[in-house]
Amino acid sequence: MNEFSNAFRTAAHLLVEMDPGLLEVVLLSLRVSLSAVILAAVFALPLGAFVALTPFPGRRGVVILMNAMMSLPPVVVGLVIYLLLSRTGPLGTTGLLFTPTAMIIAQCVLVFPIIAALTRQTVFDLHEEYDEYLRSVGAGTRQKIATLLWDGRARLLTAILAGFGRAIAEVGAVIIVGGNILHSTRVMTTTIALETSKGDLGMALGLGIILVLIAVAVNTAVVTIGGGANQRTV
Amino acid sequence: MEKPRKKLLAGAMVLASLAALGSYTLLSSPKGTNITLASTTSTENSGLLGYLLPIFKGDSGIGVRVVAVGTGQAMRMAMKGDADVVLVHHRPSEELFVEEGYGVERISVMHNDFIIVGPASDPAGIKGVTDVAAALGRIRSSRAAFVSRGDDSGTHKRELSLWATLGFQPGDDDRDWYRESGSGQGATLNVASEMDAYCLSDRASWVTFGNKRGLELLVEGDPLLLNPYSVILVNPQKYPHIKAPEGQQFIDWLVSERGQQLIAAFRVEGQQLFFPDALDPTEE
Repeated sequence: MNEFSNAFRTAAHLLVEMDPGLLEVVLLSLRVSLSAVILAAVFALPLGAFVALTPFPGRRGVVILMNAMMSLPPVVVGLVIYLLLSRTGPLGTTGLLFTPTAMIIAQCVLVFPIIAALTRQTVFDLHEEYDEYLRSVGAGTRQKIATLLWDGRARLLTAILAGFGRAIAEVGAVIIVGGNILHSTRVMTTTIALETSKGDLGMALGLGIILVLIAVAVNTAVVTIGGGANQRTV
Repeated sequence: MEKPRKKLLAGAMVLASLAALGSYTLLSSPKGTNITLASTTSTENSGLLGYLLPIFKGDSGIGVRVVAVGTGQAMRMAMKGDADVVLVHHRPSEELFVEEGYGVERISVMHNDFIIVGPASDPAGIKGVTDVAAALGRIRSSRAAFVSRGDDSGTHKRELSLWATLGFQPGDDDRDWYRESGSGQGATLNVASEMDAYCLSDRASWVTFGNKRGLELLVEGDPLLLNPYSVILVNPQKYPHIKAPEGQQFIDWLVSERGQQLIAAFRVEGQQLFFPDALDPTEE
């Protein structure tokens, strides 16, 4: 039990003191995960909607694949991105390994299928309601996608938040492609892993508490701003 | 309809700021000269590198980015050209690394020692034994729980070679007492402290480890437990992108009188954890 009280004390201490080391790590975590989610969403939202609205041969397979990719293990994604970005890998000349950009790429790959799959389901459901209306105004595919994405925005926000949750919480991918380098690629989760390995369990758990608080803050902010648009989903 | 518009505006603002944040991340690149050092968890977790590197940066202006992994992984990373310098502790693999042309030259920097830690109850009765082979023999014959790193690190390789002096190689029959954690030193010590098991550790990781619980230092001092660290510049002829001049500057600094004195002066809880090797041993 000692560890738990210790953890809360450590967390409170770090927060009250606005520990600069902590701030750096928290900001990097947010930068990496938010960038990854935005990047993924920009492509995953239209793709998910397109798959939902456009019948094409093999669509079932694509849907199954998209859903299955939601369970991609972060370590595997990390490893693949590592091999691609390694100096001897196909993208080695970019010199991106062990940089925050590499971490963004890895998390983007992780988050993309989550947002795409959830978007597809949302848009598919919404389309059943809107089908007649869209037909009556003679909307084209592009217009349909835009309308449904916009009208489903509150539900899609949940999809994006699910992606963000996955990104901010994962450690397996960022520790491989980022290298957990101090002042450079060290984020919340890799710090927690490091403190655990140093046997500083109070600190590790304290950081975990802070990570949860940050997730709560981000979710609250997003839901407060976006929630009014469509009460049904929140 | 003022309210929805406000919401929309707020939403747009959030999106814009997020996008700005995102693009900032994508565009920001490391400033100044940086080299990448692949090193072991013991040098990083003990705080040695955290203490040395800012001083080196002050002296040279060169930043050193540390990727702390096991010795085996550090070398594989360097073999793929993903590190400029390695700081590791397993002589046979270091020699092979240089021989195969991946490294320029192996240079001794410092040493510390390995120790065996275990539960205070000491079921195998090894406390104070100075012959490490004898101690391991007792652990094995009593089948007392032993946690191995199992991660191809320098410490893991050393552990296997110590068992080999007994002609023993852990196998399927030993599953009941010989466990592989497959992780770093700290994580392995966590497992040992939870399972009341023995384990081999480098001294630096042990002294700085914060979750000792019932574990105690039981065996130390055998010459077989010496743990020398070397530094190697990754061969720029193999990989032209290697930052050889800066890497060499770092190595020269580590083995200079200043670097060596700093290593000797590093203390954790009043204890010297690393002993410089590059200076003339008669001086001390």
